[in-house]
Amino acid sequence: MTLHRDDLGDKFGMWLFIFTELLLFGMLFIVYAVYRSMHPEAFRIAGEELDVVLGTVNTVLLLISSATVAMSITAIQKGNKKLSLQLLGITLLIAVIFLVNKYFEWGAKFEYGFYPGSETLHELGYGTILFFGLYFFMTGIHALHILIGIGLFIYVMFQMKNDKIHQTDYIWLENTGLYWHLVDLIWIFLFPLFYLIH
Amino acid sequence: MSEEKTHIVPFKTQAFVLLALIILTGLSVAITQLEFGSYNTLAAMLLAGAKSLIVLAWFMHLKYEKKLFPIMVAGVLVIFLLVLFVTFFDYSYR
Repeated sequence: MTLHRDDLGDKFGMWLFIFTELLLFGMLFIVYAVYRSMHPEAFRIAGEELDVVLGTVNTVLLLISSATVAMSITAIQKGNKKLSLQLLGITLLIAVIFLVNKYFEWGAKFEYGFYPGSETLHELGYGTILFFGLYFFMTGIHALHILIGIGLFIYVMFQMKNDKIHQTDYIWLENTGLYWHLVDLIWIFLFPLFYLIH
Repeated sequence: MSEEKTHIVPFKTQAFVLLALIILTGLSVAITQLEFGSYNTLAAMLLAGAKSLIVLAWFMHLKYEKKLFPIMVAGVLVIFLLVLFVTFFDYSYR
């Protein structure tokens, strides 16, 4: 007897989840848009505090990791388990590096007194408080998604190693990939809106 | 098992997609360093839109899925734009 499987249904469910995520971040982007339209100068000046180089590096890292997870699906479809695992390993490594960069980035902000509720921000006024509030909240939720992604990649790699995920049954990998692309997609908008304001 | 033949995206295609995304990223960084005033944001958003379409179409396989998937994504985008419009409509006429 074979177990019932519904890959299309699984993928459909994943997309429904992605829609809830898109709307969650979408509404935060709307909050950002409203506050920025109310405090354009403060947002511009505060945006220049962010490290464009570090932001760009993290953007390129996420794009590469999106490509490697997409390639790992191609590899497993072709039956190349070893290559698929290696590509997932690279993806996992990049996800960790992204968080390390984020740690240093946030750390530097804290050092300069830019953190939610800080004295420095308080003196700089509403616009700056709103900018950094949104910056920490949105990149924070995004970083939480990266952390969850790391957990998913570790799980998928174990399942693949034990042949639970293989050439003809890889929906777990596919849905994890979709999740990871979503994380990338959100960063594609976070990056210009926070780091590239001029 | 799914009855349909699955579409395998070649490695080469994915490498090209990645290259395009990195070029667009470089472009958006370069363009926002210039002083175009409010056009900077518009340009950055258009480039981000182009990047997200590429990610959705190739990396997220929408190009190869049943038509229902891209239609639903478009629906979510429409909902987002409507809320954005209504919110700004509200704020501009207070």
